[in-house]
Amino acid sequence: MDMNAYLSMFIDESQDHLQALNENLLKLEGDPNDLSIVQVIFRSAHTLKGMSATMGFEDLASLTHEMENVLDLVRNGKLAMDAFIFDVLFKGLDALESMVADITAGGQGKADVGSIVGALKSIVDGSYLTRTETAAAAVAAPAGPSAAIDEFQLSVLKQSMDSGLKALRIDVSLEESCVLKAARAYMVFNLLEEKGEVVKSIPSVTELEQEQFDRSFTVIFVTEHDAKGLEEAVGGISEVAAARAEELDAGTLERLARPEPAAKPAAGAAAPSAPAAKPAEPSAAGEARKPAGGAPAASRTIRVDIERLDALMNLFSELLIDRSRLEQLSSEIGRGELTETVEHLSRISGDLQNIVLKLRMVPVDTVFNRFPRMIRDLARSLDKKVELIVTGADTELDRTVIDEIGDPLVHLLRNSLDHGLETTEGRLQAGKPETGTIWLRAYHSGNHVFIEVEEDGRGINSDKVKAKAVENGVLSPEEAARLTVDEMNNLIFAPGFSTADQISDISGRGVGLDVVRSKILSLGGNVSVESKAGVGSKFSIQLPLTLSIITAMLVKLGSEKYAVPLTSIVETGIVKREAILTVHGNRMLSYRNAVIPVVSLSRVLGAPDYREDDEEESEYIVIRKGDKWAAVIVDDFIGQSDIVLKSMGAYLGQTPAVSGATILGDGQVALIIDPNALFK
Amino acid sequence: MAEDIKVIVFSLGEEEYGIEVDKVKTVERLMPITRVPKTPAFVKGVVNLRGVVVPVIDLRGRFGLAETEQTEATRIIVVSSGEMEVGFIVDRANDVTDISSDQIELPPEVVGGIQAKYLRGVAKTDGGRLLVMLNLSEVLNKSELVQLEQMEA
Repeated sequence: MDMNAYLSMFIDESQDHLQALNENLLKLEGDPNDLSIVQVIFRSAHTLKGMSATMGFEDLASLTHEMENVLDLVRNGKLAMDAFIFDVLFKGLDALESMVADITAGGQGKADVGSIVGALKSIVDGSYLTRTETAAAAVAAPAGPSAAIDEFQLSVLKQSMDSGLKALRIDVSLEESCVLKAARAYMVFNLLEEKGEVVKSIPSVTELEQEQFDRSFTVIFVTEHDAKGLEEAVGGISEVAAARAEELDAGTLERLARPEPAAKPAAGAAAPSAPAAKPAEPSAAGEARKPAGGAPAASRTIRVDIERLDALMNLFSELLIDRSRLEQLSSEIGRGELTETVEHLSRISGDLQNIVLKLRMVPVDTVFNRFPRMIRDLARSLDKKVELIVTGADTELDRTVIDEIGDPLVHLLRNSLDHGLETTEGRLQAGKPETGTIWLRAYHSGNHVFIEVEEDGRGINSDKVKAKAVENGVLSPEEAARLTVDEMNNLIFAPGFSTADQISDISGRGVGLDVVRSKILSLGGNVSVESKAGVGSKFSIQLPLTLSIITAMLVKLGSEKYAVPLTSIVETGIVKREAILTVHGNRMLSYRNAVIPVVSLSRVLGAPDYREDDEEESEYIVIRKGDKWAAVIVDDFIGQSDIVLKSMGAYLGQTPAVSGATILGDGQVALIIDPNALFK
Repeated sequence: MAEDIKVIVFSLGEEEYGIEVDKVKTVERLMPITRVPKTPAFVKGVVNLRGVVVPVIDLRGRFGLAETEQTEATRIIVVSSGEMEVGFIVDRANDVTDISSDQIELPPEVVGGIQAKYLRGVAKTDGGRLLVMLNLSEVLNKSELVQLEQMEA
């Protein structure tokens, strides 16, 4: 039998099952006595085992089989879940995921799962209770000495390399006689901090600080300096026996990142004695409780290749252009029957447009569903207690946006957990509940979707941000003095900004928030932060519903036509010339009890045949970005229209003040204005 | 081993130029061009090429030659190189001809006022015509576009 035909089905379904296993295991961790969840987990594992065996993936099947044995005991009440069993099961899941990923990439799904299988067997025969230590060590062993980095750190490293920095791996060993190892390690980090960014350290910084390391440690480091110089500098610190720096290329990084899922644990697993911290109790907010007992409600769906949807979308865009052309022609010809038919066509294509756009909508849950697990693992490695509350996971977004939004959200969540939330002691001292809370919310509002990451941590110290901004030359002391608290907090999105005092291998330490912002901006969205010292911070991301068809206001500048996205227009109006005031050389307009700056579109775009100075009255559009407002003067309004976004091609790339192009009903190309670029 | 290359022949002023046929997507008559603000002067704007938005540049301007009036004979030659698709405005598109790759000789320093780096060489056809072969990747070099923008800014 030719298995290839079934391979893609197998991959899709096993990913669904793995996701279900992950979710339910997390749920079970929150409520270890709920045997109905165990039933669901058991069924998923069983199906997965059967599928893998049929497809001939023996390793996958045998690992699932061992996990199933453990679950069977739990299901029949012969075994009570404890922290160790959870850890081993999660590790098993990680291994399964990496095997399926290998199969997806064309491999055979082979992996050395001996240690995990051993741990699972020891659970089944009960011997693990007596030799917890060794079993845990065995599980942790694959982490080995190699400097495994996770996907997030990989992306940080790659970004740095793209911007011309070097990624180095530095092995440092201290002299045997060294007494204050932590202090020496601190000196090394201090030195490295001056020269670049530490992305990752092995063992972790916390362990280094507590002297929980033998004489040597390894750091992954991003810098503009060369390896030789750094070697000498680090070697120059007293009691450092040797320092060896080696430049990493993209290939090595990939290899370091690849074996990750099986090898990651180290920190979490090595301490099974830690009181069963239950970091990520699945959202107590009842909505996450899907029908736990029965099989997942079967909805009648089919899987469709995303490329076909894209093709459908493109064809529909063509249709839309012809529709506007027809509308224009029929109004010129003015024959009743023709006009009627064209109007009917317009209505139908309007409905069709809604359906086509809806087809591409995907619930944000497809991105959110991996976060509970990520938060759980992170919280463990940071030794913090945290609860993640997810709401609005069913909010839908365009597929293209969904694909891009994952990384920025991972970044914000890590940031919240690492920098935002205090340590457990810190929280108790501040009189807060021991367990921190992170809210992840998604909701619709108008033509936008909002995603918020909020935490009840220490909040942003805006004075520190200000001091840092002045120090880094982001703005002058005079400018800084004029900023509001919110404006100051938003400075953390400036490139190369970090206020983290201590090194940590979790967050990018300032390499990142500007990357988050540029990513969101490139999606046509916006990100901002609100924070209150001591109470917490809230990051809000605003995203457009769709990226392919938008409603726009068409405007004229002499002979040229431009489109302004309707979503950024607050209102339109006409103003007499003498009503435009000049304040300190800036032209302003009084608008609803406020005075807002006037922007001349013709001047910004250098329009060849229109000057608003020649006119007695000017049409204007009020646009808004956050709390900034502006009145944009145009020649004339043409009207509203649904337009199809088109790229202007690779040759022109990014052009200022223009976000793209569209084709109008008369076949002409009109440029789409990027309103955000009109604010100074 | 010499191999035959099919080239599209076009002219700028008196000079004749060639671009390999497989790099050319289409040759079009002049059509309405939408100006794109804040781009170098030789970037004339974008056109609607059967539903695709394609940037158009004036090849004379690109080479630093004086731009001329557009006439009935003016054509847009749409070339694609890598991910880029760009239309060239030329004075006239003439015909398609075969040249042999060993007929291409290295260009002299400057041909008809065009710097050598934009040229692949000069080819002699069997009919005795001289064709200047363009080096597309250099003509479409974007870093230069950025530099020009900065100079004009």
